Amino acid sequence: MRIPKWLLTFTLPALVLVVACEKMLPKAPAADSILDGPVGGLTNSEMSTFLHGDALFNEQIFTVETGLGPGFVATSCGSCHAGDGKGHPFTTLTRFGQYDSNGNTFLHLGGPQLQNRAIPGFKPEQLPAGAPHSNFMPPANTGLGFLELVSDADILAMSDPNDADGDGISGACNWKKIPGYLKVFDFAAPKNGYYIHRFGKKAAAYNLLHQTANAYNQDIGITSVFEPVDPYTGLQTDPEISESDINAVVFYLQTLKAPIRRNSGDAMNVQGEKIFKQIGCENCHRETLKTTTSKTAALSEKLFHPYTDLLLHDMGPALDDGYTEGSALTSEWRTPPLWGLGLSKNSQGGSYFLLHDGRATSIESAIEFHGGEALKSKNNYLLLGDSDKKALIQFLESL
Amino acid sequence: MKKIFTYTFSILLLSFCGPQLKAQNDSIKSNRILPADTGSKLNMDAIYNRPFLMSDKIPIAIGGYLEANSNYEQTDGASEGLTFQARRLTIFMSSTIAERIHFLSEIEFEDGTKEINIEFAAMDIEFHPLLNLRGGIVMNPIGAFNQNHDGPKWDFIDRPISATTLIPSTWSNVGFGMFGKYYVNRWTLGYEAYFTNGLNSNIISNSENRTSFAATKLNPNRFEDNPPGSPVFTGKIAIRNRKIGEMGISYLTGVYNQWKVESQVVDTRRNASIFAIDFNTSLFKNKFHITGEWVRCMVDVPETYTQAYGKSQSGAYTDFIYTFLQRKIGVWKNAKFQIGTRLEYVDYNEGKFKETGTKIYDQLWSIMPSLAFRPTGSTVLRLNYRYMETRDLLGNPAAHTGAIQCGFSTYF
Repeated sequence: MRIPKWLLTFTLPALVLVVACEKMLPKAPAADSILDGPVGGLTNSEMSTFLHGDALFNEQIFTVETGLGPGFVATSCGSCHAGDGKGHPFTTLTRFGQYDSNGNTFLHLGGPQLQNRAIPGFKPEQLPAGAPHSNFMPPANTGLGFLELVSDADILAMSDPNDADGDGISGACNWKKIPGYLKVFDFAAPKNGYYIHRFGKKAAAYNLLHQTANAYNQDIGITSVFEPVDPYTGLQTDPEISESDINAVVFYLQTLKAPIRRNSGDAMNVQGEKIFKQIGCENCHRETLKTTTSKTAALSEKLFHPYTDLLLHDMGPALDDGYTEGSALTSEWRTPPLWGLGLSKNSQGGSYFLLHDGRATSIESAIEFHGGEALKSKNNYLLLGDSDKKALIQFLESL
Repeated sequence: MKKIFTYTFSILLLSFCGPQLKAQNDSIKSNRILPADTGSKLNMDAIYNRPFLMSDKIPIAIGGYLEANSNYEQTDGASEGLTFQARRLTIFMSSTIAERIHFLSEIEFEDGTKEINIEFAAMDIEFHPLLNLRGGIVMNPIGAFNQNHDGPKWDFIDRPISATTLIPSTWSNVGFGMFGKYYVNRWTLGYEAYFTNGLNSNIISNSENRTSFAATKLNPNRFEDNPPGSPVFTGKIAIRNRKIGEMGISYLTGVYNQWKVESQVVDTRRNASIFAIDFNTSLFKNKFHITGEWVRCMVDVPETYTQAYGKSQSGAYTDFIYTFLQRKIGVWKNAKFQIGTRLEYVDYNEGKFKETGTKIYDQLWSIMPSLAFRPTGSTVLRLNYRYMETRDLLGNPAAHTGAIQCGFSTYF
């Protein structure tokens, strides 16, 4: 039987498309080129929860009808953490009202966070006159579950609040009381009812539930069973997000993979890593930490490489905004993890916005802003030759 | 891969064999009324310019179309797999109530019964070709696609992105207005002007996290309720030359927010508007067709709201279709094979960030080659491939989407 040509005209391209579809459809980017994605080794049920949390984090957009505001900073979690990376000046938030460890004296005036946007018909919050304040750039989310599982004992072992060893690096914990809805870690090492906090620019959040419930409330104006008071009105409302949804988002944050280092064997990167340690960066940006036991096997008792010690360090006057949280001094900032640094631009619109408020638009500039306990390391960096500086930057961008 | 192959082959087989099956005999004698191709038809005539079945015993002409397809789509390696989609089943009915008084309705079932919409249900009274009154649920005459959207007329399974996300085709609202046409030699001039319901605050409060006229359709009360308290005006002027083609200019404007509640002012009165230019032409003895539409949306977004909702948006699409084979094929006397491509872009937010002065992105572009077989004028089998690049608000590295679609659309 002869097959008419016209029949082939339609069917042949169709068959070619079907057979070649794998080649014609866009492939997944390399795992080390993106920040999002789950940690390896999740069980099927854990993966389902991860995906549910992923959808809530990245796709749930709050509107007036679903509880947004009235005052807010962002309309979703994903707006501040595109691709689970660092934020952009567009989503930088402002905290205000606390000078010292005696607490926030501007809570009655809307502290501790400015809701600088408002739904139609409402006015956004204004920064009260004379309030100490600081702008905070949203951090990357990746690997947070590993950081949450570093034991208090390990953090305390790295701390040296009085610089007993005389190396010029102290490293202090942010000790705070915890809200009633939080369950303390099994590994907690409290001191007079105060607990070590570890998340946030000033290490003022105890764990990821604390961070998440607070962010829904202060960033989006969403109340929950954990944070039932609307920050705009100061009134308690019915929960605008369910407890189970918040728990799913928390699990998502806990099980996002740690950033994967790229080209670690490259000679320049090896040289840069050596310089990183030689000039003292690793005194605060600790390369390796380990997790304690966890019921999530993929996170349990793992060595990982975040380049942080989760401690507060005095960063000198240039980075002292006069605002603080918990027991931190105004000049103290928690060491930010450096992992994922090289991929930051991919979530920040193609430019770097580094340090706590995004003021540094390059890694070099971020290093040059270092002072206080980091002054010695910065000066060591400034004394490096061009090729060594280049190697150091290349190493940092490989993280 | 085997599954995809099997499914697609089955669709193709069914598509080709289907017309060979003999239809049941109707107990009522009916005549198929095909649209006249006078060359003077405008996009505004599309609602009547369709095949209808007329019976000598029933005073109503009835028609409709069906669209179904397979879809395999992948974005940066992530795919939901192969799906089959029953996109639309549309039924239209028309009748002449009395001399120069007509009624036409179009009811659409989208994605099965997920969305059931009255897309058109209006009465027309003709006083003069230049003055017709129309009232009921009317299609806002903004752009051309919203007026001329029947699936079988297009070689592409997906509707144009700008014509669905900027102009939310099919966009119908309840209201009243007038239309008319004027002919001089090769020229046809047409106009339409309506006042309707249609806008609401969903434009800047929706799950897309961007300014969206499409979100206004989510208001279930839009055919009885007009939150802003004042109507939307939509007007269009179109001109056609038989040798050159058609061009239309349209404008829609109105207040979109409920700024008064029980006569008390609760917000500032805010306006939203859309401006569109459309054109279409046929060249080389009607073998090469170009159709396009450019649209710009402008919305008064409060300064203190999030910049994710842009104050202006724009988008466009252009279809190029070439008939490379037209002859008797099988039992079909005037069958056609056509190739084509659709180019499109949408910028959902044309602003700049206040904080950095840099461009806000939230935009996409897409190219979609097509191959279509038209055994008759009222049926099309379509094969499309789409490649699309999407960038988020900040302009981070683009997401890449590829899609392979195969399906049909037919009037019945």
